[in-house]
Amino acid sequence: MRFMKTIRTALGRKGPAILAVGLLLAAWQAVSASGLVPAYMLPAPTDVVRAFWTDAPQLWEHSRITLQEAFYGLALGTAIGFFLAVLMDTFDFLYRAIYPILVILQTIPSVAIAPLLVLWFGYEMTPKIILIVVSSCFPVTVGVLDGFRAVDRDSIDLLRSMGAGCWKIFRYIKLPSAVPQFFSGLRIAAAYAVVGAVIAEWLGGFGGLGVYMTRVKKAFAFDKMFAVIFLISAISLALMAAVDLVERLCTPYRHLDKKS
Amino acid sequence: MEKLEVRGVSKCFDGAPVLEDISITLRQGELVCLLGVSGGGKTTLFNIISGLVEPDRGQVFLDGEDVTGKPGRISYMLQKDLLLPYRTIQDNVALPLLLRGEKKREARAKAAALFPEFGLEGTERKYPAQLSGGMRQRAALLRTYLFSQNVALLDEPFSALDTLTKSAIHDWYLDVMERIRLSTLFITHDIDEAILLSDRIYLLTGKPGRVTDEIVIREPKPRRKDFNLTPEFLAYKKRILERL
Repeated sequence: MRFMKTIRTALGRKGPAILAVGLLLAAWQAVSASGLVPAYMLPAPTDVVRAFWTDAPQLWEHSRITLQEAFYGLALGTAIGFFLAVLMDTFDFLYRAIYPILVILQTIPSVAIAPLLVLWFGYEMTPKIILIVVSSCFPVTVGVLDGFRAVDRDSIDLLRSMGAGCWKIFRYIKLPSAVPQFFSGLRIAAAYAVVGAVIAEWLGGFGGLGVYMTRVKKAFAFDKMFAVIFLISAISLALMAAVDLVERLCTPYRHLDKKS
Repeated sequence: MEKLEVRGVSKCFDGAPVLEDISITLRQGELVCLLGVSGGGKTTLFNIISGLVEPDRGQVFLDGEDVTGKPGRISYMLQKDLLLPYRTIQDNVALPLLLRGEKKREARAKAAALFPEFGLEGTERKYPAQLSGGMRQRAALLRTYLFSQNVALLDEPFSALDTLTKSAIHDWYLDVMERIRLSTLFITHDIDEAILLSDRIYLLTGKPGRVTDEIVIREPKPRRKDFNLTPEFLAYKKRILERL
């Protein structure tokens, strides 16, 4: 009973979105079937599904490479971002020195620096990982820093009155307070990571969804193009959902059932 | 011997004197109130006693030892409970023990043993957001108690609670104090609260703040439930109002 009710409320909330997506797909299918747009330019959704199915082994192989790059880049970017945030929180001088540089770096679109990275670091994994590191570092740094700075002064004083030094204040107050903001930063970084990897792969590489994309583009295989576009978007969504899941596990106090 | 003694403490902030020549004492098991208007330097005095702020002149003694400007000896409790939202109640309460370097298991066990005494049983694994304001203040008091079992500084701890909750927590508080005999220095601007709870009241008035009077409340403890409706109570209140 209760399970059915949960499903019904979820459907009730997501219902409009599901309906809208369904209508869009139906309209698309209708346009393709009517012949208004040539089928080779705009393949019908059913063609895209078929392309996805026939190319599934290849898509899987390329996804694996892209995901690997995204993972390394994200891990490194997050570590560097976290480290920078700690440094900048500890030394105000560094905050004033580094923060503007980070903001400027952030305004440079990754598409613009990707060619340079490929020229410098070649066709292997390195330029892809560097691009992801650069783009994922910023949201993590800003998130963690905001978390550190939002700590209640009175809580710190209380711990000081209990004899806590810098390290213990960091360990018991600053670090745990920054966890929620860390995850919101990581969520954005995860979305950037896959896109960053694909962009870097476009410009040269031996595998990955970006490489696959340039190949099918050269073959004018529109159905495969659409298939890979949807796949990239699905991977980004899945990564973000994974971050949300870990966030829920790490911060149970933010997801309390009020009634309990 | 005095448990806590503040001797001739003065403090200026940016050239403006906030406290002048404050001398107060707190004996073992006593509950002493510091009564004064808001913004009269009471909180500064607490920060000096807890060692977070150094006075310009004067000293603070705990059990005869000079603890002026040395944090880590005397902790306090504020109007805000300052429970950390991401720690369960038992881990919040055990925090001072962890900070002192005790093992997590032992700290938890020590804290858990006191939960019934403070009327907190059943809340061990809950988070602060799941507790009412009154219960959170109880947890904050237990945390203060675990930190320094002999002296507690309370800065308007119950002033954020509504009247009914406050009245209930006063009864509870007097009851707990009777059993654990915690020496307490209590800041408040609520005259009724001061008379109801204290053994002695210091009046802190003026700018800069000075101790202008000391009033002993002779009503024995445990106190009658309707003490605040008696003529004696009103006589104390009248006397304080005249001098504030």
